[in-house]
Amino acid sequence: MQELEKAGVGSVRVTRKSDKVVVIEKDLVTEEMLLAMGPQHPSTHGVLKLECLTDGEVITQAEPYLGYLHRCFEKHCENVDYPAIVPYTDRMDYLAGMNSEMAYCIAVEKLMDVEIPRRVEFIRVIVAELNRIASHLVAIGTFGIDLGAFTPFLFCFRDREHILSLLEWASGARMLYNYIWIGGLAYDVPADFNKRVREFVDYFRPQTVELFRLLTENEIFVKRTKGIGIMPADVAINYGWSGPMLRGSGVKWDLRRNDPYSIYPELQFDVPVPDGKFSDVGDCLSRHLVRALEMEESLKIIEQCIDKMPSSEGFNSRSAIPKRIRPKAGEVYARAENPRGELGFYIQSDGKSTKPVRCHARSSCFVNLSAMKDLSKGQLLPDLVAIIGSIDIVLGEIDR
Amino acid sequence: MEEGKVVSRSLQQSAAAYAVIHEKFGDALSAFDGNETMPFFEVLDASLWVDIALYMRDHPKLKFNYMACLTGLDYPLEEKLGIVCNFESIGIFPHKLAVKVKCAREGGSIPSVACVWHTANWQEREAYDMYGMLFTGHPDMRRILCPDDWEGFPLRKDYKVQETYHGIKVPY
Amino acid sequence: MGNTLNGWSEALVGFNPMGLPLGLVILAAIPLVFIALYSLTYGVYGERKISAFMQDRLGPMEVGKWGILQTIADILKLLQKEDIVPASADKFLFVIGPGVLFVGSFLAFAVLPFSSAFIGASLNVGLFFAIGIVSLEVVGILAAGWGSNNKWSLYGAVRSVAQIVSYEIPAAIALLCGAMMAGTLDMQQITLHQSGHWGFAHFFLFQSPIAWLPFLIYFIASLAEVNRAPFDIPEAESELVAGYFTEYTGMKFAVIFLAEYGSMFMVSAIISVVFLGGWNSPFPNIGSFALNDWTNGPGWGVTWMILKGFFFIFVQMWLRWTLPRLRVDQLMYLCWKVLTPFAFISFVLTAVWEIYVP
Repeated sequence: MQELEKAGVGSVRVTRKSDKVVVIEKDLVTEEMLLAMGPQHPSTHGVLKLECLTDGEVITQAEPYLGYLHRCFEKHCENVDYPAIVPYTDRMDYLAGMNSEMAYCIAVEKLMDVEIPRRVEFIRVIVAELNRIASHLVAIGTFGIDLGAFTPFLFCFRDREHILSLLEWASGARMLYNYIWIGGLAYDVPADFNKRVREFVDYFRPQTVELFRLLTENEIFVKRTKGIGIMPADVAINYGWSGPMLRGSGVKWDLRRNDPYSIYPELQFDVPVPDGKFSDVGDCLSRHLVRALEMEESLKIIEQCIDKMPSSEGFNSRSAIPKRIRPKAGEVYARAENPRGELGFYIQSDGKSTKPVRCHARSSCFVNLSAMKDLSKGQLLPDLVAIIGSIDIVLGEIDR
Repeated sequence: MEEGKVVSRSLQQSAAAYAVIHEKFGDALSAFDGNETMPFFEVLDASLWVDIALYMRDHPKLKFNYMACLTGLDYPLEEKLGIVCNFESIGIFPHKLAVKVKCAREGGSIPSVACVWHTANWQEREAYDMYGMLFTGHPDMRRILCPDDWEGFPLRKDYKVQETYHGIKVPY
Repeated sequence: MGNTLNGWSEALVGFNPMGLPLGLVILAAIPLVFIALYSLTYGVYGERKISAFMQDRLGPMEVGKWGILQTIADILKLLQKEDIVPASADKFLFVIGPGVLFVGSFLAFAVLPFSSAFIGASLNVGLFFAIGIVSLEVVGILAAGWGSNNKWSLYGAVRSVAQIVSYEIPAAIALLCGAMMAGTLDMQQITLHQSGHWGFAHFFLFQSPIAWLPFLIYFIASLAEVNRAPFDIPEAESELVAGYFTEYTGMKFAVIFLAEYGSMFMVSAIISVVFLGGWNSPFPNIGSFALNDWTNGPGWGVTWMILKGFFFIFVQMWLRWTLPRLRVDQLMYLCWKVLTPFAFISFVLTAVWEIYVP
């Protein structure tokens, strides 16, 4: 009977020919192999380690191990002043530094109740949306690389380069900006910034179409991603997914719309959600599509911001920055829509110190990745790579 | 809430949601702290935490289906550790609410809600990693960011960093 | 006719001073080695430049004018590298793996007719030999993958073996269509069957419309046989790190690389011989303007052969830098459910064409 019990394993088949005759067929006895994918592996996007139990090419279980890039963000926060935390937030999600800074500054400003000049808000939104495009370009490019398409990656990086140059022009740094400060900005944007941004928008629109045709509509690409790693909407919410991941599962949830902050309520933009025609809702292709379509929406937002932006006359980007940043006692949880989802900051202040008692970052990738174990069960090894790519992880944000 | 103060709409919604939970669990909850930045209540009887969580998730008027954030906290003065969870209801209701749960500082434990919200799984592991409170009923209670053999819990206010780790000098 | 043309290489076989087959080694094998080496050197350089062009980059620019010496610099670097054999590797297999791989891809060069007067060995089963000897690569890949004692290498090796063995079938059947049109397996004879005053019109590809089917099938299958994208599953760098050669460094890695580019050239040469006239000039004679006659001859032959070979290498690179990679099961699906049936169909159609169409 032990043989019968093993039948569930898959390598043994039991068929009942008649009452007396039972045929037991044995396949090749396969052993599960422990495969350590990472921390140095090209498609784990940094230093994620996945311990996979594999039966041939099939992953029976994949357990993520984190912490290889843990830089004690929260411990640092207890030891530095509020403004000094801003550069640390850059280093969390290093592909979307502006968005991380913005989320953190919103949290502290909410605790302090400061009035932000309108021009500052517009500039913040422009740089954040530019950074969102840059981040999505990396996400799409690396997703392509995971599936073996190398050229789209370089196309993406070529366009991202323009954005980085723009942001460098504004802030002086290419990735780790320290540009958005609590209550203001480090500097006003350069005089011709809006003109150049508009030039970039005009340049970039056709490029998104090209990228769409090169990658998204590619037959092999669609074959590799459609129907892979499907996440139903309710499970996605239960897993705390946010951002493009959640929208990929068909939930129209965008913090810029549903929990508006800054000047987003004044702007017109869509929240793209897959309709299930081109992709199966919730699969890797849907998540990719959401990112690809979101870039277009970001361009729209940037254009509107440039049109509506107040002039720089008599504007001082640091005018609203409090002399001494010491919020009143209390706690706040504020979040912003990052390229990878909801980046939230829980900040607790005791009202006496210029350092937060507790500053916790709710990292979007960290939460998105927690579904990895469920998503990867029973997938093929190449599909596992596609799933990791579609989650679009940045280890800097996961490990903090 | 102070009398006569203008209360924002989101705060009213949170207060209404609290009222529904309070109706059922009564004294197990503290009074509602209606501050503008993060309205919350505290679960005084931690053993009821899973029941409250399920109630919050499934009650037709609450439907807190989304746990946005779970943060570990240290209260050295009260000799306690705690967590604060931020909830909201995606696509159903606009209300938001935060919940605090506390436990004893040494050897304390909090019931795990990983069975209610999957997202709590890793976030509770992170809180355990940093503060050392145990989550009973958690499917996989291990450290997540620090190495498994790290000594102490780094975010406790009285944390002393270990001298060496596998022969490597730790404090720089 | 073929024998007289190959008299040169036949004579070399007879050149055996002191009982050593020096003629064969020095005068026939060494030029072939050089062809393989140049196809590597300029294959790698071309690959870099072509991919750079496709990706809005410059590619190598530092070593020599336009970086033309880059590959040589790389080879020198690889030569100087420490030759590491992992401690837990199966040393014997690990060492012979690249060698077998190289021999497998390089032996097929022996039967490739580079011009009317230059063929390493004019076998009467040349095409069969070329198809068969390529399978030796499988042994090398398996030895390298297993001997590395690395799980990624093992995955790469197993995938590679499954892939190459499967794709041999449509590839061989597609080539048989060409052989059927020529009525011989001798590669020199196949080439001769495609020569004539009308240049390209005599190529098998243009002799019969059916030949396009085996041509495409063989081209797709040959991509899989030499592990090129979109079938580069055995070395899928984003999945398997580097596949079966993950553990290789230095010269052994270079040998694997050489074998890879060698076989790229080899399949390109085979497809040119069987479907595109090999060393024949594609230009037709137009009246007294005898372009075909002027551009044919032993020297021209080598030029045409290499040009045609490089053209197909270019197409391989073009595909590689455009397409994503297929999944293992999709790859097998393509082989067994698409290419193999169509190869059989083209086989039958070619036979019918050859019998009933003059």
